[in-house]
Amino acid sequence: MLELKNISYITEDGKDILKNIDLRIEDGFVAVTGPNGGGKSTLAKVIAGIYKPSEGQILYNGEDITGLSITERAKKGISFAFQQPVRFKGLKVKDLLNIATGNTRKFADCCDLLSEVGLCARDYMDRELDDSLSGGEMKRIEIATILARQTSFNVFDEPEAGIDLWSFQNLIRVFEKMHEKTQGTILIISHQEKILNIADKIIYIKDGAVEKYGPKEEVLPLLLGLPVSECRVLKEKIGG
Amino acid sequence: MDAIQMDLLKKVAELDALPVGAYNIRANGKSAARNTTANIDIVTKQDKPGIDIIIKDGTVHESVHIPVVLSEAGLKESVYNDFFIGENCDVVIVAGCGIHNCGAGDSAHDGIHTFHVGKNSKVRYIEKHYGEGEGRGKRLMNPTTEVYLSEGASMEMETTQIKGIDDTLRKTKAVLEDHASLVIHEKVMTTGEQNAVSDFTADLNGEGSSCNLISRTVAKDNSTQHFISVLNGNNVCAGHSECDSIIMDHAKVLASPQLSASSIDASLIHEAAIGKIAGEQIIKLMTLGLSESEAEEQIVNGFLR
Repeated sequence: MLELKNISYITEDGKDILKNIDLRIEDGFVAVTGPNGGGKSTLAKVIAGIYKPSEGQILYNGEDITGLSITERAKKGISFAFQQPVRFKGLKVKDLLNIATGNTRKFADCCDLLSEVGLCARDYMDRELDDSLSGGEMKRIEIATILARQTSFNVFDEPEAGIDLWSFQNLIRVFEKMHEKTQGTILIISHQEKILNIADKIIYIKDGAVEKYGPKEEVLPLLLGLPVSECRVLKEKIGG
Repeated sequence: MDAIQMDLLKKVAELDALPVGAYNIRANGKSAARNTTANIDIVTKQDKPGIDIIIKDGTVHESVHIPVVLSEAGLKESVYNDFFIGENCDVVIVAGCGIHNCGAGDSAHDGIHTFHVGKNSKVRYIEKHYGEGEGRGKRLMNPTTEVYLSEGASMEMETTQIKGIDDTLRKTKAVLEDHASLVIHEKVMTTGEQNAVSDFTADLNGEGSSCNLISRTVAKDNSTQHFISVLNGNNVCAGHSECDSIIMDHAKVLASPQLSASSIDASLIHEAAIGKIAGEQIIKLMTLGLSESEAEEQIVNGFLR
C-alpha cells in the first residue's frame, strides 16, 4: 500500500505541477487518467523516486520512503515502466531482462517473458536496444522488464501508446495476469477507456490535483459525462 | 611460459592452451612456440624482428594465432609481421598483445602488421590490446596495420583496447581494389591519464569497393582520445565511417573525420557523436535495482561489446 501525503512538486522555474496531493493507493488495479499536462507522469515519477517532491511524504507499506533513491525504491518492490522506453547502444534485450531479474532467472524464463508481450524470443533476445527496434517493440520490451521483476507495486506510464499493432486485448490480459500473480498494485496512467474499464479504481488528475478518486463504477460514468443509470451501453460495458 | 604470461595470453587471445592450427607465440621478445600447417607457413624474418605468414591459395576454415606477451619491465620492441594471403582463402587471424609491467621502466610493443590479401579471399582479423601491472613504468603500444585488398577480397577487423595501455598511436591504412570490402570495428577505452590516437586512412581505388569503419570509444578520468578518419573515394565506391564516443569525468575527445572524393560516383558518409551517458539510461537501470555506478558500468560494457 502506498500513501502520498500532501505531495507537491514545483519545477525549478517555479511551475506548480503537483499541488498537495493526498492519496491512499491500495492493492489492485488502479488507473490514473486526466488531461495532458495535468501531472500524471510527474506523479508516477515522484512515486518511482525519479523526481523528489518539493513537499510532502510518501509511505510504502507504512515505511517513509520520501528520502529513498530510485535504486532503493526499486529494491523495495516499486517498478516503473517509461512512457518513452530508453534506448541503449550495445545493450541487448537479454541484458535488460537479466538486469531486471537480477540474473536470478533462467534463459527460458526470460524467453517466456517476451512471449507474454507478444515477441518471439528467438528473434529478439539478441537484438540491441537501439534505433533498430520500433517504438512498439521497445514498449513491449519495457513491459517485459516489469514482468521480469515480479514486484508488488508496478507503475506504467501510458503502456498502450505505440502498441496499436499488437492486440489491445493481449495487453489487458498481461495486466490481468500480472495482477493475479503479484497480488500487488498495478498503477496505470492511461487515456484509454478500455483500460479504465478493467480498473478497480480510477484516479482523475487535473491541473496537478486529484479531482476524483474512487471505484471505477463511480468515477468512469462521471468522466464519460453520463450518469451510469441512464446509459445502458455503459452499464453493460462496465458489467461485462 | 610463466603464469603471468599465460594469463596475458588468455586476456589477449582467449587461449588457455596452445591453439589449433598455425600459431606463433612471442614472449618477451622471443618466439615461445610455433606451429605451421600444410597450408600456412610461418617464417622468421632475417633482416628485422618479426615473421612472414604465408597462406596458400584456397586455404579455407583455418586460423592463425600470433599473440605477443611482455612481462619483462622496460622491454621495448618493434615487430614486423607480414601476411601473404593467397587467392580464394577464408581464414581467421587472431593477434593481440598483453603487457604486464611492474617495474619502473616503460614497456613498449609496436606491432607493424601488413596484410596482402589475394583475390576473392576472406579474412577475419581479431586484435586485442591489454596492459596491467602496478609499476611506474608505462605500457605503450603503437600498432600499425596496413591492408592491401585485391579484387573481390574482403576483410573484417575487430580491434579492442579496453584496459591498461597508457599511450597508443594506432595507425591503419587500407588500399582497396575492385569490389574489395573492408569492415572495421574498433573499441577503445581510456582511463586515468591515458592517451589514445587512432589514425585511419582508406583509399577506395577500385570500382565497387566499400569500407565501413565503426569506432566506439569511452574516455574516462583525465584521459584523452583523438580519432582521425580519412576516406578517399577514387572510384564508384561506398565509404562510411562512424565514431561514437562516451565522454566521462574530465576526459577530452577529439574526432577529426575527413572525406575526399575524386569520382562523382563515390558515396562517402561520416557520422560522429560525442556525449556523456544519457541521464535517462542511468535512471532506467536504477529503476531495475542497479546503483548509479552499476548502471554506468553496464552501459559502458554494453557500448564497448
